[in-house]
Amino acid sequence: MPHISLSNLMVAYGNQKVLQNITVDIPNNQITAIIGPSGCGKTTLLKTLNRLVDLYDEIRVEGEVRIDGADIYDPKADLLNLRKKVGFLSQKPYPLPMSIHDNITFGPRIHRMNRKELLDQIQELEKHIPIDSLCPNGRQEETRHSKTHEMAYLVEYYLRLAGLWEEVRERLHAPAAQLSIGQQQRLALARALAVEPEVILADEPTSALDPISAQLIEKQFKTLKNHYTIVVVTHILRQARRIADYVIFLYLGELVEHGPAEQFFSSPRDERTRAYISGEIS
Amino acid sequence: MWCRGPRLSTYQCSFKPRKAATTSEKRGGVANAIVGSLCLAFGASLLSFLLGLPIAFALQKEYISRRLAQITRLSLDILWGTPSIVYGAFGFIIMVYLGLRASLLGGIIALTLLMLPIMVRSIDEVIRMTPPELKEASYAMGATRIETTFKVVLRQALPGMITGVLLAFGRGIGDAASILFTTGYTDYIPRSLFDPVASLPLAVFFQVATPIPEVQQRAYASALILLIIVLLISVVSRLLSHRYSRHIIR
Repeated sequence: MPHISLSNLMVAYGNQKVLQNITVDIPNNQITAIIGPSGCGKTTLLKTLNRLVDLYDEIRVEGEVRIDGADIYDPKADLLNLRKKVGFLSQKPYPLPMSIHDNITFGPRIHRMNRKELLDQIQELEKHIPIDSLCPNGRQEETRHSKTHEMAYLVEYYLRLAGLWEEVRERLHAPAAQLSIGQQQRLALARALAVEPEVILADEPTSALDPISAQLIEKQFKTLKNHYTIVVVTHILRQARRIADYVIFLYLGELVEHGPAEQFFSSPRDERTRAYISGEIS
Repeated sequence: MWCRGPRLSTYQCSFKPRKAATTSEKRGGVANAIVGSLCLAFGASLLSFLLGLPIAFALQKEYISRRLAQITRLSLDILWGTPSIVYGAFGFIIMVYLGLRASLLGGIIALTLLMLPIMVRSIDEVIRMTPPELKEASYAMGATRIETTFKVVLRQALPGMITGVLLAFGRGIGDAASILFTTGYTDYIPRSLFDPVASLPLAVFFQVATPIPEVQQRAYASALILLIIVLLISVVSRLLSHRYSRHIIR
């Protein structure tokens, strides 16, 4: 049973339809790439999955988006819980106007998680991704034994999970705005992970980054997919080839083709897919 | 105000200084005016900030409809441009209605009316400059709009807000017309909110037109002191603003 399943999804801004007839299941614990030319509705599709489209004026959504069986557009749906479950990474990272440390703890703080819940969350996650597997050089100090240890440990764990710990360990209380843009994107990833989502949505997460930082993000995604379901919007075909397990191809607001990455790239069924992959249309 | 003319003239008797006016004396300083002006300006800044901050936040699109926000902004802009003598007259009517004498409190009320539109609109503009993606990042983690407003937007807008408060303060401390009827003028330093109070702009106003050179010089000194206070406040607010801008996202 997949986490996310869309059926007959239609999204319109005012009278202009941006997406129509989208019916697809997004596989669990894989990286799904949404590809397509600019302006074909990729970002809109991504943002319908955690209802960030609600923030736009005059938006209209029809059809069904089911996450764990519940329709998220049901008027009775729990919006805050949905967004907790489905994390989001934007194109350009926007660190919150506070320190690196506080950026990570923001999520747990707003969800008022107590000590026990925090510990449970990390322990559960450690079963899947042990912290030692994230430390190529071994751990020099034990935040686990520090005074307010659960928060300190949580911060270290998620920063390691996002591959940022070694670079910021000395300046956790410095403003997040001082980080480079590549580091900010990994901070945004760590921040999103700290609310312990099941799904991570990423909207062209590497497009504002330099190649080295982009590579780091891709690498983290490959590590994370064992435990999270990841949906990435990208307009870089090569990136989709590198990281995707499953591909959704949109063209002018319509779902043209979707399938496992290998099959999608080697033997596309639709003419438009073939043209897009070969670079005839872009 | 026409119909209130006779009452105004009888009222004036009540805010004549209790002893011979320093405005005609050759000796003496302006400590009464300095303390009075600072009390008036800080009191009114505090009051208009406390009233203005919630109004500015309420004007954001998360809280009210766009149309209502537009109308409110337009009204506030008109109020911003209203001559301060109008606030003075209006403040005076309120004072009479409340049964207040010319006093520190009356002056603070009149100045608050004057400063509130400036405060609200400048804070409102700073809040509106918050990048929508920043709010989106907060919402995406499951924050409510209240949490987003107070934990994210407020921090981001803080340095700009300090500038807004300064703008209002500068307008308030230098304003003569709005406090002309409402504070009176006295040689004494006020001991309570209900005492009449001297102020620097009125010290200039009352003393500069006298034929006595010593008194005129006191008026110029008052003007200089007023400038220095505004300068000091703006330096302090710049330092504060710089201090809080470490965290903001550009």
